[in-house]
Amino acid sequence: MGFAYDFDWGVLWRQPYGMWLLEGLWLTIKIGFLAWIIALSFGIFIGTLRVTPWRWLRFIATAYTEVFRNIPFLVQLFFWYYAGPMVFGQHLGRQINQIMGLNYYVAIFALGLYTASRVAEHMRAGFASISRDQYQAVLSTGMTQYQMYRYVIIPYALRIITPPLTTEFLTIFKNSSIAMTIGVAEITFMSYRIDAETFHGLEATTGAMFIYLILGLTVVRIMGIIEAKFKIPGMIGRE
Amino acid sequence: MIEIKTVSKWFDDFQVLTDIHETIERGQTVVICGPSGSGKSTLLRCINGLEPYQKGEIIVDGVSLSDPRTNLYKLRENIGMVFQRFELYPHMTALQNISLAPMKVRKLSREKAEKKAMDLLERVGIPDKADAYPANLSGGQQQRVAIARSLAMEPKYMMFDEPTSALDPEMIQEVLDVMIALAKEGMTMLCVTHEMGFAREVADEIIFMDFGKIVERGTYEEFFKNPKSERAKEFLKQIL
Repeated sequence: MGFAYDFDWGVLWRQPYGMWLLEGLWLTIKIGFLAWIIALSFGIFIGTLRVTPWRWLRFIATAYTEVFRNIPFLVQLFFWYYAGPMVFGQHLGRQINQIMGLNYYVAIFALGLYTASRVAEHMRAGFASISRDQYQAVLSTGMTQYQMYRYVIIPYALRIITPPLTTEFLTIFKNSSIAMTIGVAEITFMSYRIDAETFHGLEATTGAMFIYLILGLTVVRIMGIIEAKFKIPGMIGRE
Repeated sequence: MIEIKTVSKWFDDFQVLTDIHETIERGQTVVICGPSGSGKSTLLRCINGLEPYQKGEIIVDGVSLSDPRTNLYKLRENIGMVFQRFELYPHMTALQNISLAPMKVRKLSREKAEKKAMDLLERVGIPDKADAYPANLSGGQQQRVAIARSLAMEPKYMMFDEPTSALDPEMIQEVLDVMIALAKEGMTMLCVTHEMGFAREVADEIIFMDFGKIVERGTYEEFFKNPKSERAKEFLKQIL
């Protein structure tokens, strides 16, 4: 009895299949990066609102964080894609539905907002690890709340939470694979497409796995360089 | 002039300050001492509005802190504060620590702010440490940078919250020397400290606090040589 499956690794570089995987990779990178820009900027903003002295802003930020991090990302993605345009009314909604590549934009937007809630939680942890006297020391020099966060506390907290932020940055690329469910042709989508055309799903999936692994290791490397560059002298960090 | 008029403060239902009454004239140096938990640090934080108080009034240069129209940020520009654990910004160099507030609050150009920071580092005796990060400085050097950071705002008042308590013994004097020089130049100072040498040299008045109250006050001679209250005698026996 031989193994019934005929391996054909050549499918990974035969055209057009090899090109499909590369196109998928390019899309994954774009989604990941753009979503990360949203996640990081919005996450820092929301996380900071959660610790400000103003009760209403705190409430809004807390509500945001809890809603977005407690609903599965897949459900959020479906919501934004299928129900999202309807929020704008029938007429405008129909126009939005006709936007070319809507699913791609929705994927970036949904992934960005979801990850922002997680970044916000890390920010909160970072703020909590800074001593009360440190905040008071900044204020004692005459700086306002805004200046205190903008120039001292946020830059300090970001350095403390670089390791968990690296994890979030990695996760954003991995989560982008879920965008295939709304038809975004990223890596995972492409590996299925190769399977559908050639029945060599095993090779295609293995290829996709390998690409994700390389992508992830590259992100870790980049974040390692950033971490080393912004490392606070005297704090424990990678050498 | 700082006027503290029968100020009381509670943390929930725990009273940390009870009817504190004190006036600090310009140019004076007042030393506050007392056991830990007696409310010394809290009193300092009330004076620059970092902590609210519930009763009485604090007036700094004619401006009442309880008045909701008072801009506390503006007020703090004139009151420098030095902390027990230095509280330098760990991700910035000594020079950046000192020049930040002048640049952001006083809107000085970077060039001017850094020039001023260098002058101050010179004044506290560590101009060669301008580019060092706090972690690479000794405790005494960190505290001197912290003093320079406060002075960079050209405050009218300086408050010190146990500035030498976290220091190794051989580093205490270098910080005290800076403080003594400051007092002799006429800075108005409010210092929580148990350093007798410092008190002897520059203190105009010594306040002894316990359980949130001012138990005793007097000059160096009166307080250290001839304390009136039993509590102060007991306390002095512990620290001498």
